[in-house]
Amino acid sequence: MLNWWLPENVSTYGNDIDWLFHLIYAITGITAILVFVTMAFFLVKYRAGAGRPVKYTHGNTTLEIVWTVVPALILVVLTFLSAPAWSRIKMNIPASDLEILVTAKQFNWQVTYPGSDKVFLDEMHVPVNKIVRVRLKSQDVIHSFFVPQFRMKQDAVPGREILQWFEVVKPGRYEWPCAELCGFGHSGMRGWVHVHTADDYKKWVAENLAAAGAPAEEKKDEPKKNEKEKAKP
Amino acid sequence: MSSTTATAHGHATHAGHHELGFVQTYIFSRDHKMIARQFLFLGLFMMILGGLLALVVRWQLAWPETAVPGLGGILKETSGILEPSTYNMAFTMHATIMIFFVIMPILAGCFGNFCIPLMLGARDMAFPVLNMLSIWTTASAGVIMLVGFFVPGGHAAAGWTSYAPLSAVPSYTGTNWGQNIWCISLFIMGIGSMMGSINYVTTVINMRAPGMKLFRMPLVVWSLFITAILLLLAMPVLTSGVAMLLFDRTLGTSWFRPSGGGEPLLWQHLFWYFGHPEVYILILPAMGIASEILPVFARKPIFGYHAMAFSMIGIAFLSWIVYGHHMFVSGMNPALGMAFTVTTMIIAVPSAIKTFNWLGTLWGGSIRFTVPMLNALAFVSMFVIGGLSGIFMASTPVDIFIQDTYFIVAHIHYVVFGGSIFGAFAAIYYWFPKMFGRMTNPLLGHLHFWPTFVFFNLTFFPMHIIGVGGQMRRIYNPMQYEFLQHQQHWNVFITVSALCLGVAQIPFVINFFWSLFAGQKAPLNPWNANTLEWSAPSPPPHLNWGATLPTVYRGPYEYNAPESREDFLPQWQAPVRAGAPRH
Repeated sequence: MLNWWLPENVSTYGNDIDWLFHLIYAITGITAILVFVTMAFFLVKYRAGAGRPVKYTHGNTTLEIVWTVVPALILVVLTFLSAPAWSRIKMNIPASDLEILVTAKQFNWQVTYPGSDKVFLDEMHVPVNKIVRVRLKSQDVIHSFFVPQFRMKQDAVPGREILQWFEVVKPGRYEWPCAELCGFGHSGMRGWVHVHTADDYKKWVAENLAAAGAPAEEKKDEPKKNEKEKAKP
Repeated sequence: MSSTTATAHGHATHAGHHELGFVQTYIFSRDHKMIARQFLFLGLFMMILGGLLALVVRWQLAWPETAVPGLGGILKETSGILEPSTYNMAFTMHATIMIFFVIMPILAGCFGNFCIPLMLGARDMAFPVLNMLSIWTTASAGVIMLVGFFVPGGHAAAGWTSYAPLSAVPSYTGTNWGQNIWCISLFIMGIGSMMGSINYVTTVINMRAPGMKLFRMPLVVWSLFITAILLLLAMPVLTSGVAMLLFDRTLGTSWFRPSGGGEPLLWQHLFWYFGHPEVYILILPAMGIASEILPVFARKPIFGYHAMAFSMIGIAFLSWIVYGHHMFVSGMNPALGMAFTVTTMIIAVPSAIKTFNWLGTLWGGSIRFTVPMLNALAFVSMFVIGGLSGIFMASTPVDIFIQDTYFIVAHIHYVVFGGSIFGAFAAIYYWFPKMFGRMTNPLLGHLHFWPTFVFFNLTFFPMHIIGVGGQMRRIYNPMQYEFLQHQQHWNVFITVSALCLGVAQIPFVINFFWSLFAGQKAPLNPWNANTLEWSAPSPPPHLNWGATLPTVYRGPYEYNAPESREDFLPQWQAPVRAGAPRH
């Protein structure tokens, strides 16, 4: 209940989303309660037969202005509070030397790492506490990359390459469903994102991305690069 | 126009001398009231089908891959168990039918036709023949849509939004003619809607009775007028879109297929450019209906008439520039997403204004809890929930998580069922006496309303919870996902509630048909309401009024006005002059 039914969050930007989510919960919850209590009070107090004279009125301009301006202000504030998180998650993709290509198809995620021809079906391996960039493509219909615990969702659109990112703070195995209807096999199209500790990830790279000097190896985070510059091959 | 007026005049002078034959009275009728009834029957019939499809979907979600009771005879090969492709077809057609063939025919089609001429004091619509063509075009589209269930490969299964290229290439869904028929049917339906809306707009502008100034029009007419303008502008976009989709599927064009250089997101832009105004097309008439019924049963003028009218106009304008919020994670430029957040937040303001004005109308009234009033109050309260849950989606970061989850499903159903359908029920109970000349049974009305209200909430509120838990919409079997298994009990709960919600509609069907034939005869003005339709006989004859049309002397909501002895003062009642006898 504390989390209001949200799944556990394990990504760095997930907190920004959850914080806004809870803020909107509070705003809408309080508004709903105020409206319903007022309505119930009116319905009981002004029911026919209570013997009160009807107030003949066509409205009140001051009230109209108040209940136009107050919701407008709240919503404008909410817009300004939403902007930084959106900008952080979707608009300013941070630099990283780990970039993974995900090509969706009916009904699998195909994962490839730079410098390796190997295609991993429905599984992705990433290190913990590291920015991971994902190049998202689709070879047939629209799919949607969704990892609930990362608070990450992005449609994969055929004919486009969309750059996304995430950084996970807790090692584990996270379910990775497709969130956009993609055909009769849509349900059950899911993979797993395995988040390893730095050492485990090194081991996995050594075992699975055989080519020497695999770029996915751990390096110190480099200073921010130009976004358009691709990670070194 | 001139010929229409001449015909109307000719009929008026000859009224009573000759009767129209059966076919002209009941089938190819040009009378707006008969056309309204035809739209109502079309909508109610389709509602049964759309509702059953919803229950099939729910059965699968609660008890996945078990035989659906009653489907053994239809799905013989699987002995009643839904396959994923059949499941996709069921939810696609549930939404398509409910939106295009239930809510639009009932709210815009039926009540638009019924209310506009009667409440404005017109003898009929501006273009009665076009009006007749509108119902028959829409009905043909409905028949074509139903044919889709019987073609090989099944009906459309790409969702009601039919995102390309899933919908644009037959091999991606395995549906061939089903999707083509879906396109053709919606194309024809769109033409029917345009015919109707041209008529509504013209009638409102040109055919108001003497004294019926624009700002004396009842709010329901305002809402239908604005809806008609939205339809007139949105429907061409949908019809173009489905035509392009059909060409992609059959003629080898590549509007939406990237393999030929097309752009899948173009479909989404077209669809939602239509689709968002469409949401307001579905809800605005219900807002008008609530604004009409609340003052009648609170015996008090509507609070803030001008604010109500202008907020609807505001919604209509804003509805064109918010559609991008359906596409925040679609791959559209994220900077554009930010712009759509601003507009989406702003469009909540006119809805808030309306809600507070409805509360203001209740304040200090003398509230009668009749069946239409209960449904109108349900509309207001459910619309509050649906409106507030929309704010989550307006906030782009939050939308990243809840996009394509059951939270969205909950939201749309609070708006479209909690809003539009309760509005439709309110309207049916309210205007039934005028439409059919008989009263509905209040006991059956209560038996319908209360279980519907309770089970509606038990069905759709938990969808917020499983949506926040991450359950995606349009999945066939939630049990395939480990992170969803712990909340499967909610799916069972929702389905049981949905089945009860279905059963709760039985009193409505009984009430409707029983009242149609055996209901108590309705007096002229059973609710003591002020608007012009209540001055015509129940049901109004062809051309609505006798030799003279009513004259309008005041606004539509003069309840408990100080200058009248009664608690209502109809629009058509001449002001009492000094020396003139009161009647």
